Amino acid sequence: MTQTEINLEIVVPTHTRYLRLIGNIAEQLARELQDYAGDREILAYHLNLVLTEAIANAIQHADQDDAHKMVRVIIHLEDKNLCIQVYDQGKGFDLAEVSCPGPEELCERGRGIFFIRTIMDSVDYHKTEGGNVLEMRKKLA
Amino acid sequence: MNIAMEKKAEKTLLRVREERLDAHNSSELKAYLLQLLENGARALILDLSEVRFIDSSGLGALLSGYKNAGLRRASLALTGLQPRVQSMFELTRLQRVFEIHPTIEDALAADAEESPNDPDRD
Repeated sequence: MTQTEINLEIVVPTHTRYLRLIGNIAEQLARELQDYAGDREILAYHLNLVLTEAIANAIQHADQDDAHKMVRVIIHLEDKNLCIQVYDQGKGFDLAEVSCPGPEELCERGRGIFFIRTIMDSVDYHKTEGGNVLEMRKKLA
Repeated sequence: MNIAMEKKAEKTLLRVREERLDAHNSSELKAYLLQLLENGARALILDLSEVRFIDSSGLGALLSGYKNAGLRRASLALTGLQPRVQSMFELTRLQRVFEIHPTIEDALAADAEESPNDPDRD
């Protein structure tokens, strides 16, 4: 695998048992980058986390009654610009309304998007044909 | 969810035998902790030394356990956090909320009465 350009497309059913598989692929990708200057084990954890959160989010917002719905993940890396797109077939949500609860709030939800926002440089969520896409970008070291 | 339970005097030690706590198994962990508390467990110690990955729903399940313990005048302490798992607590500032011990021995030696979980505490 060359560092300069990576293109990966994965399609999985909307079931949480696939989170580990996608997370492992993300970790492997981080470890195989050829000239990454940062700590690649931290990057591996972070990419695992970002993909786990994004896919869990897509599953959560998919129509639970339709077992045939899928989540499509596209990972693209070119000149150290990493772009991860997670397509869902659900009704969508308003990204601007998601805020991270503070520790004093003891809220059990809402930290997934916070993790993604913290790790990635930019996050966007918008409608697309047949669903929505969560688009996350990061410039790698 | 694979959890090994061990009674240690008045405390219940739960060794989580999972590599990941994520949206796939967090509901099960949440229900498991609630059932133990409803059955009268008063001092739970969760050993996470085998957990190398935790996501927001894993943290949510632990928070649920913490809150349910507080509501029942019980306690939930954590131990054995791997560095990257610990960093997730730090990122969300939840290390301020949970009683976290470096080792199982420390968690067993701690006096639960001195650090009760109370979701309404200041």
